[in-house]
Amino acid sequence: MKPPPFTYHAPGSLGEALDVLAGTGEDGKVLAGGQSLIPLLNMRLAAPAHLVDINRLAGLAAVEVEPGGVRVGALARHARVERSEPVAAAQPLLRQALRLVAHPVIRNRGTVVGSLVHADPAAELPAVLALLGGSVRLARRGGTRDVPAGEFFTGPLESAAGPGELAVSAFFPALPPRSGTAFREVARRHGDYALAGIAALVGLDEDLRITAARVACVSAGPVPVLADVTGVCGHRPPASADWAAAARAVQDRAEPEDDIHATAAYRRHLIGVLAERALRDAAREALNA
Amino acid sequence: MPEQAHEITLVVNGTLRRAEVPGRRLLSDCLRHDLGLTGTHVGCEHGVCGCCTVLLDGEPVRSCLTFAVTVDGREITTVEGLADGERMSPVQRAFAECHGLQCGFCTPGFLCTVTALLRENPAPTEEEVLEGISGNLCRCTGYQNIVKAVHRAAEIMAEES
Repeated sequence: MKPPPFTYHAPGSLGEALDVLAGTGEDGKVLAGGQSLIPLLNMRLAAPAHLVDINRLAGLAAVEVEPGGVRVGALARHARVERSEPVAAAQPLLRQALRLVAHPVIRNRGTVVGSLVHADPAAELPAVLALLGGSVRLARRGGTRDVPAGEFFTGPLESAAGPGELAVSAFFPALPPRSGTAFREVARRHGDYALAGIAALVGLDEDLRITAARVACVSAGPVPVLADVTGVCGHRPPASADWAAAARAVQDRAEPEDDIHATAAYRRHLIGVLAERALRDAAREALNA
Repeated sequence: MPEQAHEITLVVNGTLRRAEVPGRRLLSDCLRHDLGLTGTHVGCEHGVCGCCTVLLDGEPVRSCLTFAVTVDGREITTVEGLADGERMSPVQRAFAECHGLQCGFCTPGFLCTVTALLRENPAPTEEEVLEGISGNLCRCTGYQNIVKAVHRAAEIMAEES
């Protein structure tokens, strides 16, 4: 099918883009990579009156590694962030997750910030932002605000970005010392949306005992589901931690639903299996860090 | 109300082409309908099948998930632009030699995807080939000969370089 008609805007500056978005309000939609939006338009599941194409705003393509983390601009494509060595060194979870986002060809166009704003609970990047406690910077005419991940995802395909606002960048905190991350998921076919997925982070102290063990679950609820299992693991070396008990605690937090791809019970089973694997992987990474 | 037309310029297979398109014209439709290049095939129109894959400034992208106006001024390579004059490209020859196609509908997308894959990684492993073509669907071949063709194309390119 073909997209419905819309008025096309191609602002040449950020200020112009914010002016257009302020003018179009509820009727305006931002187009970046388009790898989620254009399918919705083609299937006529969305019909915005105005499309504001930010692809000419080259300044939004920046990917900056700062001391505290990685700031990814709104036009930074998945592929570019995935390939960046400085990004992988600062926060390895980004590359681990991006390799699982759709297919390489989609990743050439799709953007990291676009995935966050799309806020699909079956997508990898919202889980990454939630697990790391990152934030999204929203600009509107006359101001900007940083929204923490915990407040950014408000429902399935719903984010805190309001009418007139443009998500200009996202911030992913750096990996702390003696920490490791992992991303595990199960999909019917490589590149499909995951039936279930787990992003995990494990942190150790100087004696190599666990001080942090957290996961974010994909396809386990209306928004990324966070579970802190530090207490379940206990302050002990990874080798003697009860990862199976931690995985059961994650399962208890998840709220998966039935759909045509899998039953809720099967998703819950996967969440347990994947949580144990991801936590063990993250702990191994932390020991090697 | 008539839709507003946008005048765009694309460099398609090395030739400067102009078109007047509404904002909602997909790049796939612009290539096929406005520019008459029907080699780019359209399967699912929502980014799943990979038939419409073309190269945008050398990088493979879904032309059905790209608006023509967005890529105004950029370079596009379609399946029609892969051959060197009358001589098929190494990837095209490998697909013919290995029987990497049957009905041919998905083939333009595979050829563009694989051309870019081998440009970036001239000697991919089996796993890298599978990952590289995982976004392209073929309903005839069962993929075995397509995978063989990718390896064969890598060989041909190495021999000819």
